Amino acid sequence: MAVDTAPAPSAPARAGGRRLTLPSGSVISTFLVLFLVIASFSVENFASSRNAGFLLLDVVVIALIALPLTLIVVTGEIDLSVASVVGLCSAVMGRLWFAGLPLELIIPLCLLLGAVLGAVNGLLVTKVGLPSLAVTIGSLALYRGLAFVVLGDQAVADFPRAWTTWAIGSIGGTGIPNAVLPLLVLIAVTAVLLHATPIGRSLYAMGNSEDAARFSGIDVARTKLWLFVAAGVVSALGGVFWTLRYGSARADNAAGLELQVIAAILLGGVSIFGGSGGLLGVLAGALLLASVRNALQLVNVPSDVLNIVTGVLLIVAVVAPQVTAWARTRAARQRPPG
Amino acid sequence: MTTTQQTPTGAAPAAAEARSRRGTALAHRLFVVRELGILAALAVLIGVTLIANPRFLSGQNLRDLMLSAAILVVLAAGQTMVIITRNVDLSVGSILGLSAYATGTLLVDRPGTPVLVALLAGTAVGAVCGLVNGAVVAVAKVPSLVVTLGMLYAIRGLDSLWASSSDRLQVNAADLPSGFKSFGGARVLGVPVLFLIAVAVVLVIGWYLRSYRSGRELYGIGSAPEAARLSGIPVGRRVLMAFVVNGALAGLAGVLYAARFQTLDTTAGTGLELNVVAAAVVGGVAIAGGTGSAWGAALGALLLTTIGTALPQLGLNPFWRDAAVGALIIAAIVLDRTLTLRLAARLRGRNLRGS
Repeated sequence: MAVDTAPAPSAPARAGGRRLTLPSGSVISTFLVLFLVIASFSVENFASSRNAGFLLLDVVVIALIALPLTLIVVTGEIDLSVASVVGLCSAVMGRLWFAGLPLELIIPLCLLLGAVLGAVNGLLVTKVGLPSLAVTIGSLALYRGLAFVVLGDQAVADFPRAWTTWAIGSIGGTGIPNAVLPLLVLIAVTAVLLHATPIGRSLYAMGNSEDAARFSGIDVARTKLWLFVAAGVVSALGGVFWTLRYGSARADNAAGLELQVIAAILLGGVSIFGGSGGLLGVLAGALLLASVRNALQLVNVPSDVLNIVTGVLLIVAVVAPQVTAWARTRAARQRPPG
Repeated sequence: MTTTQQTPTGAAPAAAEARSRRGTALAHRLFVVRELGILAALAVLIGVTLIANPRFLSGQNLRDLMLSAAILVVLAAGQTMVIITRNVDLSVGSILGLSAYATGTLLVDRPGTPVLVALLAGTAVGAVCGLVNGAVVAVAKVPSLVVTLGMLYAIRGLDSLWASSSDRLQVNAADLPSGFKSFGGARVLGVPVLFLIAVAVVLVIGWYLRSYRSGRELYGIGSAPEAARLSGIPVGRRVLMAFVVNGALAGLAGVLYAARFQTLDTTAGTGLELNVVAAAVVGGVAIAGGTGSAWGAALGALLLTTIGTALPQLGLNPFWRDAAVGALIIAAIVLDRTLTLRLAARLRGRNLRGS
């Protein structure tokens, strides 16, 4: 039977393989569109520009940090320290502003700090050869701890109005937050990098088989190091934006945000083992999580239920592909030979 | 045994066997060294703190330290079982919260409930949560990191939904029966009962992992899941069991939490999962599975708790605690990596010399 049917399944399998690369983002995007349509009709005020603005403002930092983190997860690594980098950069920003430095100088310094923090993670993973999960659990605690060392439990809140109003303002009164524009640029850059360059393809190769990637001439260690540095810089940028948006630098800013970012990435169809997934799915995942929460809040569903919904969505997102794969192999096995 | 079949001559097998036994002994010694290392770090920390404040280990301080450590020690012992199989359970903080609230509610509604029943009830709540975790991981074969992250949210949500729908947002110490409250402060020969329970848990889990066939199989699963499956180990069942036991212990820790703090809201245990994983990792339980022991993890938990109490005594800002914990985790895994590399080199050297 296996010999008879061998050529036949190989052709659909290849087509199936190609089909598989599209749905990784399109299934979740379809869910997102369906949800947005249903919610706009059934939830009062959901589609108002004011609410859409709030929703987008909540997504900005999550989507921003999800960009480099997606690349890291695609290579089969993980960075749990991103939210602590946000907190530490926010604390340092507050401390330096308190010391009288201008924001024009503070912001580059914060981004540099983010690069250093990311490089520490990256070097421990690539040079020392440690598992990134363990390393970044350590740096999650370390960076958050340093944030408290820098600022204690104080808050620095007297940032210039021009900056803070920009952070919460919208483009020409459309309700679309100002920050969406730079975010779109970064999304475009990341999307091109991941989906249209040899570097992007090498990330998938690493995620599928690190040894094979190394043997085919990819400098795995250097690429991963740069990804961790990028995650550090982008998280620092997120820290700067978070501080301006809430007008307050605190050591506990964005605590626990790493879980939300990772939830969005996994919901978006990126495999935690690396090697598959795409940016479209991740962005749809981030938007879906945020809009479900937002819609439920608008209809006064208690926030407890939101947690249950988030958790169940996450589990369903990983279990569903397994179930469909299982059903597919079962169907293939039951198909009569020949 | 297998070496006998591979080598043709009569003298060689004995030598090969002795060599492999020496290799095993070396590996064993290394793990003992690893645990002694944490013990030494703990001793240095306590010593330095004692110099700064001679009353650091006085009766009440020591009892407080034991009480604070007890909960983390129980959680770390359970987490060890899961991590050894190359999995992780991030939902333990939420399980602890749900179990603590459930136990509190039970005790307030039925003040006559014996302490033992409360302990069993909390443990059962945890075991059910662990069963869900384990079933999804083992049956659907999805990564435990993702499943338990989802459960972290879901169980916490369930907890606060229960609290808000039952009009009891928190369980107050005043409403708890006095029998349970005195259990929280009870001592045997001056040692808090809660700590004794934690020690008993560590001894049982450590002994099980060391001496029982199914316990050893957990290490096999973590070292090489595919090889474990091929050699006939029921991988799914063992992993499920590890999650159930870990959930049950998180439930037990919830009851201990209720007995220690007595005022319970639905945020109990929030963020605890990272401390638990940190304790295990510091204690030599490799996140990649296959190595570590419950006693090591317990020592790690003790060390982390002691750091938290020692910093203020040393005149350091308590804000340094998290930073110190983070640095310790990274130091511990760097040390583990170095030891493993050295062990591998030593074993290779021996084999070369032997052949």
